[in-house]
Amino acid sequence: MALLATLIIFLLANTVPGDPVLAQLGDLAASNKEFVAEWRGKWGLDLPLWQRYLIFLRQLLHGDLGISISSQRPVLQDIRDFAPATLELASISFLLSLIVGIPLGIIAAVRRDSWIDHLARLISLIGVSSPTFWLAFIMLAVFYGGLQIAPGPGRIDAIALPPHSVTGLYLIDSVLVGDWETFRDAAAHLILPSIVLAAATLGLITRTTRASMLESMQQDYVRVARAKGLRSRRIVIGHILPNALIPIVTLGGLAYANLLTGAVLTETIFSWPGLGRYTFRSAVTLDFPAIMGITLIVAIVYLIINLLIDISYALLDPRVVR
Amino acid sequence: MTAVDAPLAVRPVAPVQSKLRRGLRRYGLPAIGALVIIAWIVVAAIAPLLSRYLPSTVDVAARLRPPSSTHWLGTDVLGRDVFTRLIYGTRISLTTGIVVVFAGALIGTLVGGIAAYARGRVEELIMRATDLVLCFPPIILAMAIAAALGIGTTNTIIAMLVVWWPKFARLARSLVIVQRSQEYVEAAIVMGLSPGRILLRHIIPNSIGPLIVLVTLDVGNAIITFAGLSFLGLGVIPPTPEWGSMVSEGRELIEQWWVAAFPGFAILTVVLGFNFLGDGIRDWLDPRSRRR
Repeated sequence: MALLATLIIFLLANTVPGDPVLAQLGDLAASNKEFVAEWRGKWGLDLPLWQRYLIFLRQLLHGDLGISISSQRPVLQDIRDFAPATLELASISFLLSLIVGIPLGIIAAVRRDSWIDHLARLISLIGVSSPTFWLAFIMLAVFYGGLQIAPGPGRIDAIALPPHSVTGLYLIDSVLVGDWETFRDAAAHLILPSIVLAAATLGLITRTTRASMLESMQQDYVRVARAKGLRSRRIVIGHILPNALIPIVTLGGLAYANLLTGAVLTETIFSWPGLGRYTFRSAVTLDFPAIMGITLIVAIVYLIINLLIDISYALLDPRVVR
Repeated sequence: MTAVDAPLAVRPVAPVQSKLRRGLRRYGLPAIGALVIIAWIVVAAIAPLLSRYLPSTVDVAARLRPPSSTHWLGTDVLGRDVFTRLIYGTRISLTTGIVVVFAGALIGTLVGGIAAYARGRVEELIMRATDLVLCFPPIILAMAIAAALGIGTTNTIIAMLVVWWPKFARLARSLVIVQRSQEYVEAAIVMGLSPGRILLRHIIPNSIGPLIVLVTLDVGNAIITFAGLSFLGLGVIPPTPEWGSMVSEGRELIEQWWVAAFPGFAILTVVLGFNFLGDGIRDWLDPRSRRR
C-alpha cells in the first residue's frame, strides 16, 4: 500500500501536463534550446519515467527526499526548517480550540435548547462557514490596523532577532535562553493567526462534544447515578464526559493533523514561514521533488496521529483492550 | 400480574413549548438559509439591473474611494466599483460551488454504486483508488493539480473534482450495500431487469436521502475551497470578478478595508446559508437526530 502510494504520488507529480522548465526558468531561458536540454539533464527529466521512479525509490529508502528544484537544497532540510513554525502555530491554535470548544460543547449539551446552546451552535456554524483568508484579513484590519493592539504579520518583529535555535519553536527556544523579551514578542505574534486557525476547528470540536455528550447522557448508568443522588456536576464530569471522550478524541486528532498540514491560507496572509507557505510555493513553481516530499511527510503525520488516536482508545476505554 | 409489566422508569416530561417556538427551532434556521441562497441566486441573475457600472470599468481617478452614495461599497485599486464586482462575482462563486459538488456527487455515486453492486475485484480496485485519493490532504492536492493544469476557472474546477468525488463514492457504496439485500432488489432481479437498470432506477433513488444532505452541506465547503484557491491565485484569471480573488486584491489594504471585507462577507453569508439549510435537511431526514 505504501509503495503504491509512492507510485501514485510520483506519477501524479510527473505526468501532469505542466512543464517545470517553463515554471522555473522563465520565458527567456526557456527559449534557449541548449540551456533547456542541459537543465533537464541535470534534474534527470530526460530519463524515461520508470527510471526516474526507480531512482526516486532508491533515494527514498536512504531517507533522501531529493533536492528541491526551486530552493536548490535537500527537500528534507527545507521541511525541517519550515516545520517548527507550523508546529508552533498549529499546536497553539489546537489548544485554544480545545480549551474553548470542549467546555462550550459540554454546557450546550447540559443546557440543551437554552440560549447558550443556540449561541454555541451559532458560533460553531460561523466558525465553519468563515473563509479563513477573510477572517485573517478582518483580524489584521481590526486589531493591527484599527486598534493597533496586536502586532502585524510574521513570527516576530521585523527588526528583532530570532532566538538561538534549539527546537525551532520560538516560544520554547526563548524560554530556554531566558530571553523574555523575545518570548513576549513571539507570543504576541501568535495570537491573531492562532485565533484565525482555531475558528473552524473550534466549531467542529464544539459540535462533536455536544453530540457525544447528549448520546451518553441517555445511558442507563446516568439514570443510576441520578438515582443515587449524586450532584449533577459530579455526574457530568465524572460519568458522562469520560464516556463521551472517544468521538471527541478521534475528531480532535484528525483536526490537529489538518491544522499541521492545511494552514496554507493562514500562513500566506500572516507571512508565516511554515510548511503551508512552502507547500504553496512548491505547488505553484511545480517543484516536483518538494511536492512529493511534502505529500509523503503529510501522509506520515496522518499515520502517526491515527496511531496515537487508536492508542488513546485503549487508555480511555479499558474495554477496547480485551 | 400487570404491575410487573408496567414501565419501571417514568419518561421525562417534555418541556412545555409553544408551537411557534418549536416550529421556529425546526424550520427557522433552514428557512433563513434557503432565503439567503435564493436571494443570492436572484442577485446573480439580475446583476446588470442592480448597478450602473460594469465590473471591468476602470476609473483610476476614483481609486480607493470609501463607501458612499455613488459607490455603495467603495472602489478598489483600479477604481472599479466593489459593489458591482461583488454582485457579478456571485455568478462565478455559486456556479463553481454547485458544479463541483453536483459533478463530484454524480461521479462519486456512480463509481461507489458500481463498486458496491459489482463486488469482488472491481469493488476492491475502486475502493483502493478512493482510499488513495483520500490519503492526500485535499487542498494540497487540488493546489498542485490546479497549478499543473494552469490558471483558469475550468482547470480549477477539474482540480477540485479530482479531490471531491471520493467521499461521495464511499457514502454511496455504504448506502448501496444496505439496499442491495432488500427484497425489492431481489424482486427486480427475478423479474430479469439488467444490473444497470436496477442500480440506477431502484437502488440509487432509494438511498438518495443521505446523499442530498452531504450535497447541501458540501456546496458551502466547495465555495470556500474555490474562493481559497482563487485567493492564492489558482482560480479565475484576474480581471474576472470573483470573491476569493477580490479579497486577495484587497488584502494589503488594511486602511481601505472595504475592498477585501465585503467580498469575504459575501462568502460567509452564502456558506452560512448552505450550512443552515443542510443542517435542517439532515434533522428532517434523520429522525434520530431530530429527537435530540
